[in-house]
Amino acid sequence: MAGLGGGAGFGRCSHAVVRALPESLCQQALRVEKGGAVDFARAEREHQLYVGVLKHKLGLQVLELPADESLPDCVFVEDAAVVCEETALLTRPGAPSRRKETEAMKIVLESLNLNVVEMTDENATLDGGDVLFTGREFFVGLSKRTNQRGAEILADTFKDYAVSTVPVHDSLHLKSFCSMAGPNLIAIGSSEGAQKALKTMQQMSDHRYDKLTVPDDAAANCLYLNIPNKGHVLLHRAPEEYPESAKVFEKLKDHMLIPIANIELQKVDGALTCCCILINKTSEL
Amino acid sequence: MVHEFGSEILRDEPFTSRNKLGLVVNQFLPSADLACMEGVDRFVEKHNLLVEPKDEAKKKAEGDEHVEERECQLPEEVAELKGEAAAENHQAKTDNKEEEKHSVSSAETQPAKEDSKEIEVEKVTEEPEEKLEEETGKRETKEVQTAEIKMEKAPQKAPKKIKTVQCKVMLLDGTEYSCDLEKRAKGQVLFDRVCEHLNLLEKDYFGLLFYENSDQKNWLDSSKEIKRQIRNLPWLFTFHVKFYPPDPSQLTEDITRYFLCLQLRQDIVSGRLPCSFVTHALLGSYTLQAELGDYDPEEHNSDYISEFQFAPNQTKEMEDKVVELHKTHRGLTPAQADSQFLENAKRLSMYGVDLHHAKDSEGVDIMLGVCANGLLIYKDRLRINRFAWPKILKISYKRSNFYIKVRPAELEQFESTIGFKLPNHRAAKRLWKVCVEHHTFFRLISPEQPAKAKFLTLGSKFRYSGRTQAQTRQASNLIDRPAPYFERTSSKRISRSLDGAPVGITDQGLLRDFSATAAGDEAVVLAKLKNGESREDDGSPVKSPPLELTQDGKNNSLKVDGENIYVRHSNLMLEDLDKTQDDLLKHQASISELKRNFMESTPEPRPSEWEKRRITPLSLQTQGKVGPRAEGPCSGARDADKSSHETLSVVEEKKRAEVGIEETVVINEINGGKIQVAIDGGEPCKLEHLSKKDSSSTSSESSSSSESEDEEVGEYQPHHRVTEDVIKEEKEENEDAKEVEGCTAKVVQCVESVIEGSKEKISIEHAQVAEESLVEGNAVSGTPEEKSFIEEAKQDLREEREEEQLKINGDLSHIGIDVKPQIICCSEPPVVKTEMVTISDATQRTEISTKEVPIVQTETKTITYESPQLDGSAGGDAGVLLSAQTITSESVSTTTTTHITKTVKGGVSETRIEKRIVITGDADIDHDQALAQAIKEAKEQHPDMSMKDKFKKLKRSRSCCDYEEPCDHSKLVTLPLHH
Repeated sequence: MAGLGGGAGFGRCSHAVVRALPESLCQQALRVEKGGAVDFARAEREHQLYVGVLKHKLGLQVLELPADESLPDCVFVEDAAVVCEETALLTRPGAPSRRKETEAMKIVLESLNLNVVEMTDENATLDGGDVLFTGREFFVGLSKRTNQRGAEILADTFKDYAVSTVPVHDSLHLKSFCSMAGPNLIAIGSSEGAQKALKTMQQMSDHRYDKLTVPDDAAANCLYLNIPNKGHVLLHRAPEEYPESAKVFEKLKDHMLIPIANIELQKVDGALTCCCILINKTSEL
Repeated sequence: MVHEFGSEILRDEPFTSRNKLGLVVNQFLPSADLACMEGVDRFVEKHNLLVEPKDEAKKKAEGDEHVEERECQLPEEVAELKGEAAAENHQAKTDNKEEEKHSVSSAETQPAKEDSKEIEVEKVTEEPEEKLEEETGKRETKEVQTAEIKMEKAPQKAPKKIKTVQCKVMLLDGTEYSCDLEKRAKGQVLFDRVCEHLNLLEKDYFGLLFYENSDQKNWLDSSKEIKRQIRNLPWLFTFHVKFYPPDPSQLTEDITRYFLCLQLRQDIVSGRLPCSFVTHALLGSYTLQAELGDYDPEEHNSDYISEFQFAPNQTKEMEDKVVELHKTHRGLTPAQADSQFLENAKRLSMYGVDLHHAKDSEGVDIMLGVCANGLLIYKDRLRINRFAWPKILKISYKRSNFYIKVRPAELEQFESTIGFKLPNHRAAKRLWKVCVEHHTFFRLISPEQPAKAKFLTLGSKFRYSGRTQAQTRQASNLIDRPAPYFERTSSKRISRSLDGAPVGITDQGLLRDFSATAAGDEAVVLAKLKNGESREDDGSPVKSPPLELTQDGKNNSLKVDGENIYVRHSNLMLEDLDKTQDDLLKHQASISELKRNFMESTPEPRPSEWEKRRITPLSLQTQGKVGPRAEGPCSGARDADKSSHETLSVVEEKKRAEVGIEETVVINEINGGKIQVAIDGGEPCKLEHLSKKDSSSTSSESSSSSESEDEEVGEYQPHHRVTEDVIKEEKEENEDAKEVEGCTAKVVQCVESVIEGSKEKISIEHAQVAEESLVEGNAVSGTPEEKSFIEEAKQDLREEREEEQLKINGDLSHIGIDVKPQIICCSEPPVVKTEMVTISDATQRTEISTKEVPIVQTETKTITYESPQLDGSAGGDAGVLLSAQTITSESVSTTTTTHITKTVKGGVSETRIEKRIVITGDADIDHDQALAQAIKEAKEQHPDMSMKDKFKKLKRSRSCCDYEEPCDHSKLVTLPLHH
């Protein structure tokens, strides 16, 4: 019985949902600011490496959805659903072009026998990238993609947990500059916006979190998993990309550190957490 | 139990005051020593004096009242005597019935409505009587006696004369408890009865609710009369968890956890505590396990589950899930299942959050949630802000507005005040009270002293007067009874209990043993505390460093372990505090430790602090000069003159963990220029009696308290100036916090309190002269330790007076101070070793007999503050700060810090002198004496200053800043009072 989260079981997962990249991503994926062109082949390789780590190195059951060329951003599955314990909330992504991404997601989540909740309110928007679950509570970034109503629905869906809102101004998503790097450990970027958001979160929380401050906001988005027999596992941005931040991660002695390059997808605002949804199916009760 | 006993007997029996007093005196004789007897005699005289001028009827009524009050406090042995005495007097009483009736009506200030209500109840009275009988049958001998007495009485009572009211209390398992209460009974009486009925010892987490308009819930205040709180509402109450323990596993008894479970089940089913589907199912499965035991396929057919309700909207799917999960709990005992239930429930985000509707400054609907850690702000389901207690400097309300003043954020300079609009004034006050209570319960080590606020302030005087979580945990560690048998019957369908607990041990005697132990056996207390130490490793601020305790345990006597005397006045105190913080930390920690100890050792019933406090002035008068003081709080002096106020407050703190120590009481009185210092010796029980005899003051008090219900404003200023680091540590208490953190947090709290104190002063306008001293004294005698505290302040114009007394059982001493000069300067460390202190004076003369004078080493430090900016909270014109000086002197056993501040305001210069004397625990020092000495010196040094005027001013300013009363008083001083 999982019971309520708490720190101990945080990061446990058995399944991961990922989605292949459509070629349309290169040209049509949404991006905050213009950057270099995406090298599709390289992007695919990076993504395959990422999926390979989840599947082979960490032993997760990876459910891989096919790409949909009409959904250029569909590789970023995180935004389409929020899964916590046995419940999955299908979001209503803030970008209209992405709304259909949830359809495939719904099917796969239902196949896992999750309690799937849909966000039908047309006034609500929510991107999963704005949702930080700490194991004890949710923080929801109020950004261009996520509004109050969306956060309310999330709160209604996950009633056990406090849901606090955090204004996000300078970044695409809340998790553009932070993520969980371990139970009770928040990785946070150094930018003013990131630090401000962290303060807000600290103020709002009844819990105390440790923080891991990294120089680069983008590097603060890392992927933590708690894998049986492996313990704390952390996928973080490679030293080639963010050498200084990587050094910070390397100080985490208790973690199994897996550097992952994410150069291409970052050009379209992709981060490490964006590309999968982690699910923990404890038993088939 | 004692309370109940007393009130039952005396419920309807008016005595002439003379009779009763005589009786009382006799009873006390056997155990009273000489000094005490004198006290009693004098008291009697006094009492008669008071009564004589009044008319017959009134006199009787008062006598009656006194009796009740006294009864409430009686220790058990005395109560027994009293019971007999009461029986004897019974005849006399009945003779007087007619008169009695009159007297009652004349004494009653209540409107006619009240009477009619009473009459309604009369009809029912006989019935409850029977019930009571049954109940008492279960109790032990003494109580049975009570019942007999009652029965005897019953037939003689004409229905119309009954002054009891039937109360009904809805219990958590859905059953109803009803009992008769004396009409003027305080909330505590009812609450204690209910807890007794439930066999609940850890009762501080619970409370009684009454509803206005079906949805507005109000907590019944234990310290006030019930009828004044509920007014015209029916005497219907709901037993409810008031403070949800953040970590239920730290509760001592399974029965307590059981009641908490029942409450949570209610909360869940009603939707107050939202849960996800899975959590509903999980919690439901634990409920089944607790109530039904292991899943049994034969017995538990498909329908068994539908009889239970687990969720507001229960579905078949959920029920299936519950059953599934139930099967997996095989082997869990009911107690274990309850524990699992709680472990999961406590993590729910709305666990223990008390929600109140409000609007923000822009008129947006929000919810304010009060919880153990602070105040949460919700908009719809979303948490949009949170103010942890350490972040909140002040809580206040004015009409329908509720305000919190919050500490400046890291980079900000100014405090900000955030206002919320509540639906109405009563809602605002309710919220405010809940905040004050939660803050006190969860964050303080001991409650604040309502008395002080009561006399000094204009707004609501409300303070939480029960035990804090820290205190109740300590007390719970003393519980030493076999796990009581109880049936888990919340579902009503199945009443078998599978508890592993011994069956049939519903022995009330255990209860008594508990309180007796707490009261008398210090050694046991200490030992338990030590053992119990390990329990408190959850990082909560209450955690106490074990070392102190251990030490105390060894030095089983005569040792003063920690003491503070300080005189505060200026704003500077705040700034300077940091410097001496380390010292403070040390001392405060030991003090709080001791205090807790002390608290533990006090008898269980502690409701009637009021009486005790009230008594103080009277006894003081009997001992010294009865000068031209105001009679008491009843003088209506308390109205609001919001200009400025002056206060002289002396806080004395004593902490004693050992038996056989005698303590002195210091009373600081501000009068038209007199200083009285008197010390009495006596035994603990005597003191209590003394206090009980004060009748007039009691009645006046109750009336005043009812007034406060309507107060438009109230303020509460919880904490101040903890260093940032510390705050961070303390702010977030998660259950996983390490022990070290816990310790730190606790220490911090102590410091905070002191700081708050000074802060308070700051916010009180300019001229304020206050003296506070924490005095701990230990005299040596074979009697149990006793502590008493008296604080008294008087305002000439308003005749307002404040008194506080912390009393345990033992000696009583008084120091009256008359302050005329504008400035009091106490610059020398008054360190005196004494066994007995005699201070007497009406004419500014102080005599102190000393035994040894310790070596004094002195250091002087001067700090000048340039900033003319006083604390913003001071409101009015702050004036210009001319100079500020801090002088610190240390001796072997004391540290004295004196702050002198000079300000110019409107052409008038003011000097404030603040003095803090910290007496370390190792020295044998008579603190009373030290204090007296300090005061004396101050007077000598500044004979030309008129304290008196200043005091007046202070008082007024305080009245408008009602809740600026710093927490530290409460933390440091209050404990003894309540126990």
